[in-house]
Amino acid sequence: MSMPKLWPMPGGIHPSERKALSNREPIAQPPLPARLIVPLGQHIGVPARPLVGVGAPVLKGQKIAEAADARGLPVHAPTSGTVVAIGPQSYPHASGPPAEAIVIDSDGLDRWVPLAPSGDYRSLSREALLALIRDAGIAGLGGAGFPTAAKLATGSRIATLVINGAECEPYITADDRLMRERARELVAGIEILAHLLGPERVLIGIEDNKPEAIGAVSEAVAGTPFMVVSVPTLYPSGGEKQLIQILTGLEVPSGGLPADIGVLCQNVGTCVAVHDAVLLGRPLISRITTLTGEALQRPMNVEALVGTPIKDLLAFAGLDERRLGRLLVGGPMMGFSLADAAAPVIKTSNCLLAATPEELPAPPPAMPCIRCGDCAEACPASLLPQQLLFYAQGEDHEQLQAHNLFDCIECGACAYVCPSSIPLVQHYRAAKAQLREQADRQARAEQARLRFEARQERLRQAEARKEAERQARAEKAERMRAAQAEAPADDPLARLQAKKAGVGDEVKKLKIEASMAQVALKKAEKQLAAHDTPELQAQVETLRRAAEQARQALDEAQAKQAAEPAATPTAAPDLKKIKIEAAMLRAQIGKLERLELPDNAERAELERLRTALGTAEAQLRALEEQAQPAPAAAPNDDLKRAKIALALKRAELKKAEKTGADDEELAPLRAALVEAEQALHRAEAASGRPAPEHVLIDKRPVSAEERARKTERAYARAELHKLERDPAASPEALVAARERLARAEQALAAQPLDS
Amino acid sequence: MALPRITSPHAHGPNRTQRVMLLVLAAAIPGALAQCWLYGAGTLINLFWASAVALGVEAAALKLRDRPVAFFLRDGSALVTAALLALALPPYAPWWLTLVAVGSAILFGKQLYGGLGQNPFNPAMIGYVVALVSFPVPMTQWPAAHAVGLLDGLQQILGIVTLPDGWARATALDVLKTNRSLTVEELWQNPAFGHFGGMGAEIVNLAFLAGGLFLLHKRLFGWQAPVGMLAGLFVMSLLFWNGSGSDSHGSPLFHLLSGATMLGAFFIVTDPASGATSPRGRLYFGLGVGVLTYVIRAWGGYPDGVAFAVLLMNMAAPTLDYYTRPRTYGHAKTQRGFKAGD
Repeated sequence: MSMPKLWPMPGGIHPSERKALSNREPIAQPPLPARLIVPLGQHIGVPARPLVGVGAPVLKGQKIAEAADARGLPVHAPTSGTVVAIGPQSYPHASGPPAEAIVIDSDGLDRWVPLAPSGDYRSLSREALLALIRDAGIAGLGGAGFPTAAKLATGSRIATLVINGAECEPYITADDRLMRERARELVAGIEILAHLLGPERVLIGIEDNKPEAIGAVSEAVAGTPFMVVSVPTLYPSGGEKQLIQILTGLEVPSGGLPADIGVLCQNVGTCVAVHDAVLLGRPLISRITTLTGEALQRPMNVEALVGTPIKDLLAFAGLDERRLGRLLVGGPMMGFSLADAAAPVIKTSNCLLAATPEELPAPPPAMPCIRCGDCAEACPASLLPQQLLFYAQGEDHEQLQAHNLFDCIECGACAYVCPSSIPLVQHYRAAKAQLREQADRQARAEQARLRFEARQERLRQAEARKEAERQARAEKAERMRAAQAEAPADDPLARLQAKKAGVGDEVKKLKIEASMAQVALKKAEKQLAAHDTPELQAQVETLRRAAEQARQALDEAQAKQAAEPAATPTAAPDLKKIKIEAAMLRAQIGKLERLELPDNAERAELERLRTALGTAEAQLRALEEQAQPAPAAAPNDDLKRAKIALALKRAELKKAEKTGADDEELAPLRAALVEAEQALHRAEAASGRPAPEHVLIDKRPVSAEERARKTERAYARAELHKLERDPAASPEALVAARERLARAEQALAAQPLDS
Repeated sequence: MALPRITSPHAHGPNRTQRVMLLVLAAAIPGALAQCWLYGAGTLINLFWASAVALGVEAAALKLRDRPVAFFLRDGSALVTAALLALALPPYAPWWLTLVAVGSAILFGKQLYGGLGQNPFNPAMIGYVVALVSFPVPMTQWPAAHAVGLLDGLQQILGIVTLPDGWARATALDVLKTNRSLTVEELWQNPAFGHFGGMGAEIVNLAFLAGGLFLLHKRLFGWQAPVGMLAGLFVMSLLFWNGSGSDSHGSPLFHLLSGATMLGAFFIVTDPASGATSPRGRLYFGLGVGVLTYVIRAWGGYPDGVAFAVLLMNMAAPTLDYYTRPRTYGHAKTQRGFKAGD
């Protein structure tokens, strides 16, 4: 067997391996636990949905919860018994919140459901085979728990299938024992994966501290094209990215997947689980777990049923509680400490490490960083851990990203070598969480900004529309005044009055415009103070200019108005003046009359006032008669009548249309309607009043058919918009919705205009 | 079971700051012994006196800064600064000169910046330069080999007596620098010169080289900074080695084995706190120190230039770090240099 080339991995450390503690004994079968806690979420993704209720009897291997979404995984009963509870139970997790689980009391019989192995998987379609793997509930057994079928269903072409048997984490020997004892099943599982993916080569990477496993697997691959590669022992060579680098020299792009470079990596345990699922029909209900640590009297590997309480397994391995200092799930480099040994073993629990305080002493107090750079030399991702530490402590998020914090795999090599015992990984975890939170906040702020800008644009358009309408109205009024001015004016006073009223109206309009511009400016300025954006600044500038212009226009108009009264004849002011005078006289008279004992002077004054009032009233009457305008009611009445006639004609036509009258019957009605419309136009022209109704009248009647088409178009549009907003919408649905809208629009366009 | 909740990694390597400092002290022993053999007990007295001053000043500063005194005194960094400074000072420097140098090193070089790891400059070199600039005469009085006895030396250090003229003399670097008339061949007749470098200084330098190789073997630091410095010095002295005329700057071998070359290469430029961080940055850092050392020796105002060269490169270290970031896994290109806002 020719050894393929090995590529160097930067960094790495040699922590004390401690594997001999647990790799001597064959995989043991622990006693059947009395009660099993089977969490619904044991993979990366949405937890499964229970299929059984409390009290339901279950058989070993029976599906008790189904996948909640396309990428999710089902959960199977690890043994036969009865469901006794469904709800939050303790769960093996670093921060230890309870998680939904199905609790099963074992009946001790361990009875299987009937199994359906697929002996000839090669005859199955790719989809059927993937469904089989997914239905067996297989998640990556290396530790992360990514659903295996989803990983295998990659769209990319896989040139290299990497099988990860490196097991670089100290203490853990589960994969070691698995490879030694189940090499045939492993190779059969790899054959299934190779059949699915069709890779050019299959490389099985095993660290050279496991010669027995290398021997066993090498023997089992004889006659297959698979290659067993002995990898130098160097933590963390078993990290997916690192093993790919060592075996292929390729690097998984930052933020990408191995599939992006045509590589796919599977753990050896996962391969055996695939073998069990496809060739034996068995779902994933147990796994090899290492029980190790100096607090155990009999460290070993066991095939543990998923859901077995951790404390049962520790008791099986002879836990000495007095010596227990730290309980870890996983190894000493990347495992997490567990506070509650009642939590169950799940699909990803590869090791339970019960360490004594001497074995894993409490971390010494952290010293200041002396910038020794050991961390940078140990980092397998070639990061600068101490720079990251400084930026993390200073919360310099930009620099953290510039120094590629998110390429940190949290292997712990930097913290392991740190002479100052700084908990570097913990700092990075916290910084990552902060950055994620910040990114989330930024995304939300961006959304708010877009919404705000859209609203501004909407308001601007509405304002422009209003402005256009105002202008149109003003133009119309101008035209009308022009028409009036042309009309023969026999009464110069009336003409003058009309002219003055015109100027006054204009001033009023300008005043309103100026104050509106001022209000808009104030509002925009307020917004500018709150959010200083260049768009807002430009807007405020425009509004300020508009306000100035409006004020100038107003000033001019007012100046014009001020000049106007000089030309007005005195009649109108006189009328007013005399009216005021009369009122004042009346008031004075009233006051004098109310005096109880008026003296002579007062009586004489009263007499004088009464005479003056008489004169004033006579003057007033004379003036009023002179200024009385001629009544102009007639045209208005005509207009009203024309309107009513039109409405009647329209109602008649509509009624006829509704009752299904044919064109011959409808034609005269339509002609009558047109006639009525023309009459109205004439009346309007004669009345000299602006007629906003014109718009309405121009609207052509809508046929039932057209309405139906329009409705269809609106529905199609609504449906498309809804789908476009929905991130979960399938592309097929989107295409269908677009087609429906296009059809509706075509139908509308094809409709003859006169219908 | 109430078990501790500690985040990964749970295992920890054997390396500790204290161990690093103790190893450095151990590695300095050959050099110290060589100096004692050459100059008598002066070096030893310097070492003890400097250590006492360093610990005292460090403790006082820690107390002022309200930091746990015993905890930080135990890290051994003050002792390392004291030892390196004591080895760099002339063996019979008066007691107050050592006091000023070590006090400045600990107080101004380290504690005022925030203590261990926070110092932008090498504390020992700060102390050395403060003393050299303030008191140039006693700082350049190096004794002739085997010239001073224990009692005389002690009295000289305490200032009780002044030794007769002639106990001290110019070092080989000094002689070479001030020489204007003699050829190098003639110079080697001068008692200041030994076989390759300064008389005896070559032995001291080789002893420091041995200690440095020990540290390199213990992987206390990478090869980059020391090799960089020696290479810089070597290349410069080779390029500007204009034979043996009276204007000669000395041969590459002479430069490598004279003055503070080896002490600087293995004990000074390897100081992690004030140097560059990345391995490549350290190489450039060392190269810079080597080149500047030669420039100062050949054309500067001082016979030896290691201290000034180190301080100048300390200033450049953060920038070097910006330009020597390694390429991160999974990234096609490295982000190097400054961005707007840095």
